[in-house]
Amino acid sequence: MAAILDAQGLHKSFGAVTAADGISAAIERDSVVGLIGTNGAGKTTFINMITGYLKPDRGRIHYEGRDITELAPRDITRLGICRSFQIPQLYASLTAFENMMVGVGVVLRNAGLGGFFSRGRPLVPGHSVPPEDAAERILERFGLAEYRNKNAQVLPGGVRKLLDIALTMVAKPRILLLDEPTSGVSAEEKFAIMEMIMKAVRAEGATVLFVEHDMEVVSRFAGRVLAFYDGRIIADGPPGTVLNDPEVKRFVVGGELHRLDEAQGRARA
Amino acid sequence: MRRDRTPLALGAIFLAIVAAGPFLPPWLLFILTLAVARGLVALGLMLLLRAGLVSFGQALYFCIGAYTAGGLGIRFGVSDVLLQALAGAAVAALVAWVLGFLLARYRGIFFGLLSLALSMILYGVIVKSEALGSTDGLNVLPSTLFGVKPHEGWVRYSVLVAASGAALIAALLVHRYLATPLGRLAAAIKDNEIRVEYMGASARHAIHVKYVIAATLAGMGGALAATTVGHIDPDMAYWTTSGEFIFVTILAGTGSVIAPFLGALIFGAIHTVAYDLSPNTWQMSLGAALLALILFLPDGVWSLFARRKAA
Repeated sequence: MAAILDAQGLHKSFGAVTAADGISAAIERDSVVGLIGTNGAGKTTFINMITGYLKPDRGRIHYEGRDITELAPRDITRLGICRSFQIPQLYASLTAFENMMVGVGVVLRNAGLGGFFSRGRPLVPGHSVPPEDAAERILERFGLAEYRNKNAQVLPGGVRKLLDIALTMVAKPRILLLDEPTSGVSAEEKFAIMEMIMKAVRAEGATVLFVEHDMEVVSRFAGRVLAFYDGRIIADGPPGTVLNDPEVKRFVVGGELHRLDEAQGRARA
Repeated sequence: MRRDRTPLALGAIFLAIVAAGPFLPPWLLFILTLAVARGLVALGLMLLLRAGLVSFGQALYFCIGAYTAGGLGIRFGVSDVLLQALAGAAVAALVAWVLGFLLARYRGIFFGLLSLALSMILYGVIVKSEALGSTDGLNVLPSTLFGVKPHEGWVRYSVLVAASGAALIAALLVHRYLATPLGRLAAAIKDNEIRVEYMGASARHAIHVKYVIAATLAGMGGALAATTVGHIDPDMAYWTTSGEFIFVTILAGTGSVIAPFLGALIFGAIHTVAYDLSPNTWQMSLGAALLALILFLPDGVWSLFARRKAA
């Protein structure tokens, strides 16, 4: 299968700290890839390099055969690579609906529609409906219709998370990068959120990379797992193989379990 | 969907001014025309304020507009109000387009102080320049409209109608702009610029556009103020002038394109009354008014109308 995204030998260091030490991965079209690893292993650095927020010191990134290594975040977004954030990045003073309308407006503008001299109500590219309808539809798809007129800053954590992801879906991404989509969300909500994302993604047809700490979520939703450790990918394959890899068990999953034990120990004490 | 009543309201206000003008005393016509001119500047500041930017130097473009209008008259004998207004707007827009490449990179206090610095440079240049009249300033040619010199006693009315007409068109254009995706991006930029970039839009470009629009309006306002007052001087670029425009903008609120003109009118009224009551301490009354406003109407006078609509 053809790779939609191909990262080759990405290096990135901040002073003495090496955040990425030769990361290479080819991502196949329409695949769902889970990125795992302890904090500081390089997962978010990897995502930041793909989206253009960080420029790698060495290495190239190709998207559909095109070199995007030097492009700015907004240009990469315009090509169809969209990201969500670990801490939701919303327009706090605007309602959920207005948040979506900002996104819809940007899509219109980038398509050369909705300018000062345009007349009538244009159809949103990729959605084939007028702007307001496109915004409503995405809100509905993510179960956010009831929060339509609430300001983003007063929404509960899980809802903010969903709104953040819904915002990334407005531009009809070809590649969706989700940075810890279920962090800060209760265990019961995690699966519901992932189900909703996957349903939306299946309907739109996008490739997904998601950072996740919950191995249950990873094994359930990812078709392929990249395990990060110390700025490198130490294992790459189907979840069953990667999660049982001795190195991964020791450095990644073990690390997680160890921390979990610690936390429980503290709670008991 | 609620019908957009703003264009209708703007048209009604314009017609009311045209109809009532002949019956108003000259001093009131003068205050109204100055309010229209100042309102144009505040309208531009409103655009910037919506994106979270406060320009402490909008007097730069006000002054550029005024000196363009004055210069056209003195050098080339062009005394037509509308031609002067267009020229003032055009020169201000050109300067803002160039300076915008620098200013659109800055936010918050840096944007404010950089704009202040630029306006004070212009002030310094004019003060030092004999050709520009130095601190005394220059007198502006008597106004004409469409090549006709209005009869004595009708000059003030003609200038008011011309200024209101220009302001009506400007306000309608800005109103339309605010409804476009680029116009609506303002609140998003104010809230979360990073997200704007990650949605595929350029915040810097959006701010540059707003900055040029704001300067165009200020240039037009300056040109109209010059013909109204009949005199131009470097104080038009001074930082206190910029402060007055910010005062008007905050007084008005950012809820509608009508608000800045209302704010400018209220400012003019407070100014006139305060000056009349106590010529030496009128600034104190102005300060007290602003204080009261921030305490009781933090979203500006326009919030009174907005609240009534919501009720």
